[in-house]
Amino acid sequence: MSDTEETSGPALRVGVVAESTKGETRVALSPETTAKVIGLGYAVAVESGAGAHAGFEDAAYAEAGAEVVAGPVWDADVVLMVNAPQPDEIPQLRSGATLIAMLAPRFEEERTAALTAAGVTALSMDAVPRISRAQSMDVLSSMANIAGYRAVIEAAHAFGRFFTGQVTAAGKVPPAKVLVAGAGVAGLAAIAAANSLGAVVRATDPRAEVADQVKSLGGEYLPVEVEQEASTDGYAKATSEAYDKRAAEIYSEQAAECDIIITTALIPGRPAPTLITAADVASMRPGSVIVDMAAAQGGNVEGSVAGEVVTTEHGVTIIGYTDLAARLPAQASQLYGTNVLNLLKLMTPGKDGHLVLDLDDTVVRGITVAHAGETLWPPPPVSVSAAPAAQPAAAPVEKEPEKERSPLARALPGVLGAVALFLVTAFAPPELAGHLTVFVLAIVIGFYVIGNVHHALHTPLMSVTNAISGIIVVGAILQLGTGGNGLVIALAAVATLLASINIVGGFAVTRRMLQMFTRS
Amino acid sequence: MQTWTTAAYLIAALLFVISLAGLSRHETSRSGVLFGIAGMTIALVATAIVALSSASALGIALLLVALVLGAAIGLWRARVVEMTGMPELIALMHSFVGLAAVLVGWNGYLEVESGHLQLAGSLLGIHHGEVAIGVFIGAVTFTGSIIAYLKLSAKIASAPLMLPGKNALNLGALVVFAALTVWFVITPALWILAVLTVVALLLGLHLVASIGGGDMPVVVSMLNSYSGWAAAASGFLLGNDLLIITGALVGSSGAYLSYIMCKAMNRSFLSVIAGGFGATSSTAAAVEGEHREVTADGVAELLANASSVVITPGYGMAVAQAQYPVAELTRKLRDAGVEVRFGVHPVAGRLPGHMNVLLAEAQVPYDIVLEMDEINDDLAATDVVLVIGANDTVNPAASEDPGSPIAGMPVLKVWEAKDVIVFKRSMATGYAGVQNPLFFRENTQMLFGDAKERVQDILAALPVPSR
Repeated sequence: MSDTEETSGPALRVGVVAESTKGETRVALSPETTAKVIGLGYAVAVESGAGAHAGFEDAAYAEAGAEVVAGPVWDADVVLMVNAPQPDEIPQLRSGATLIAMLAPRFEEERTAALTAAGVTALSMDAVPRISRAQSMDVLSSMANIAGYRAVIEAAHAFGRFFTGQVTAAGKVPPAKVLVAGAGVAGLAAIAAANSLGAVVRATDPRAEVADQVKSLGGEYLPVEVEQEASTDGYAKATSEAYDKRAAEIYSEQAAECDIIITTALIPGRPAPTLITAADVASMRPGSVIVDMAAAQGGNVEGSVAGEVVTTEHGVTIIGYTDLAARLPAQASQLYGTNVLNLLKLMTPGKDGHLVLDLDDTVVRGITVAHAGETLWPPPPVSVSAAPAAQPAAAPVEKEPEKERSPLARALPGVLGAVALFLVTAFAPPELAGHLTVFVLAIVIGFYVIGNVHHALHTPLMSVTNAISGIIVVGAILQLGTGGNGLVIALAAVATLLASINIVGGFAVTRRMLQMFTRS
Repeated sequence: MQTWTTAAYLIAALLFVISLAGLSRHETSRSGVLFGIAGMTIALVATAIVALSSASALGIALLLVALVLGAAIGLWRARVVEMTGMPELIALMHSFVGLAAVLVGWNGYLEVESGHLQLAGSLLGIHHGEVAIGVFIGAVTFTGSIIAYLKLSAKIASAPLMLPGKNALNLGALVVFAALTVWFVITPALWILAVLTVVALLLGLHLVASIGGGDMPVVVSMLNSYSGWAAAASGFLLGNDLLIITGALVGSSGAYLSYIMCKAMNRSFLSVIAGGFGATSSTAAAVEGEHREVTADGVAELLANASSVVITPGYGMAVAQAQYPVAELTRKLRDAGVEVRFGVHPVAGRLPGHMNVLLAEAQVPYDIVLEMDEINDDLAATDVVLVIGANDTVNPAASEDPGSPIAGMPVLKVWEAKDVIVFKRSMATGYAGVQNPLFFRENTQMLFGDAKERVQDILAALPVPSR
């Protein structure tokens, strides 16, 4: 399918609309990203007060080069939003205009139909395919990162104790124990934040390959020891029965032990899986806190309520906020704006303020929900995966057969070599046998003597060995001394000359080099 | 040979071992060289005394002239060589050892012919076998080093020579050598030795000519190893333990060094020794895209606002002699509180450790010069990476494009940094002839021109630190 649009004429006008969704604090462009969008050749119009909740004043936008407009800028060529427009706002969009926002096309079929009917080109930021090239536009990742951090801050706020362990004059404080369920972007951000507050952090995830990532952020990975296939699309898959059973046991054990639980488990297109049962919650110590980051999709925790904070009769606080990212409005707007900017960069190859919709581009095709009166959702599947996922699983499988046959196969050359060496030495005349002994031992010494050579010293080492290999001069000198024949003497003299250049030159140049190495 | 010479040789051999061991660490490297010089002096004096006792007046005169002249030439070359010209010098010196080994081998045969050396039965056969092997290794080292020298000094094109059936050619040469050796042992004749020498010379030529320029560091180190084996072969020929020990030391340590480098480049060690390993056919994805340019002023501003900078130098820095301005830039940035470190790829430059030598020459402290493995994990947290004259060693295709000729080679992951500035003379490909997708990345900007002039421009544009 090829539908490349070439626009000409004056540069397009990009409009930033103030969010009308209740409780939304973010804005689609920060003043910083606004300047960069203008750098791509666009004219930018910002609705007055659009950035107020995120701490961006109208003046800042004006300074960045944007036009600040009193009312909503629905008439712009390209409308940028964080959330999707309300049903009554969609008809205000100009036919043929482009809308860029988080449209959730997986769930909102009605909205998709309305956008198609309005004749707009609708691009959904939350549908960016999970391929490396598109990472810089992946708002789900950037928002999840913020949400994961905020989840820890919310938990810390509700938790009546320190996170870090301390020994003070007033007594010893044990560190808080935090369990993070699901080590995706949000989970990893939560692990990092909790760890930097000083808590003991544990994490679970069906994808065993994230263990290293968890570890790298200071968390401990709790594996579920059941066969599990590797993920191919970068998202965690639904899990098998045996796995679920073992995982449930782990959650029960951890719930009894941990002070804070943060759950992040989401499966695309399905309700969130229940990880923490009511019984688990009841087993937690009073004062413990649970943050259910999946509350909007049904929740990972029994008893969590989307958008609310619930305290159980046992004194466990369950936080079900669905707007965690929006609770860090300045940060979230800045990152969202950068994601949008990166998308505009991709779609503005000429950097001339003209948007080009290249539907052959996987990223562009993946996010296009509607275009020219046609619904283009869902896009064809992208099989290019974010999968170093498959490799860790595959590698050990390959290695195993090699190990099976290796003891014999590896020993064989050694044995053959030893036998050959034995035969040669055994049948050689005594004098040669002596030389061979010396030769072989010297080889071994040569290997070990430079075993740990520092990388920076490779060149000096080489030039010294070069000088030392000039030792061949000894042979030449001896021939010079004993040779009766004129030709022999002449050849030996030339050899002596060449070798002595080597010796003196090699040592001198090495000394010169080494004198230059200094330490700061 | 008297016992006292054996004693002297033993001491010399031990000193050589200590010398090499010393050279593997910074703290002991200088004393290592001194031990080497001491060992060499002892060996030379002992040998000279033995030789003088039996030599003719002409022989003595020639000996002195050759030694003094050789020493003078060696000292002169060592003094005037540019640090950037080090690879060529070392390659050239390897060829001297190779040629000397050939001459010593020929002499070994001529001495028998002229009746000076009396050997009988199996000893004579072994002697002739040793002559053949010594000449062979020496000749391969000789022409191989000459080709390496020519390639390194850009006197001939560095692209690999691709003869049809090159592996068969190499193998054939070895078979011919084996056959000639047997023949020579049974019926010694001058012409057989001559043919053998020519075969070996051609093999050395072909072996190195078929290796691409990008792999030269390994080749130089491999030739270093060969020159050691050549010396060891001469030792067998002359029945001299010192030559055998020293040759074996150099040979095996050189081989090990090559092995370390092969691992760094993800090459098979065997195929390096066999030659022609730089010639894998490629199915690399074509890289196209738009690169963005930046001015020296822009880079200066970027650097002034950075908190951590990593410089990854390559052969281009050596060519442009940019190490001094780079060192100056490093000092200035460090004074301004910017963390500056160097990331050196194991095979950057044309010689193992080449970059370290150049940076040391310009007095960059060696503790901020880090290896690839030491710095790779930090690159993602780095603000600005300056890629100065490096290309293949920072090529993301090595890890991302399985069809690339350099696929699987560990590289410096500079593209993970926030901003990457690539200093380059033009958009031409690197030594390995592989296009570099790094140049087309969103966070990469190109600074074209002579690296030295550009770094000086940046220095001039850099604001004076206020603290």
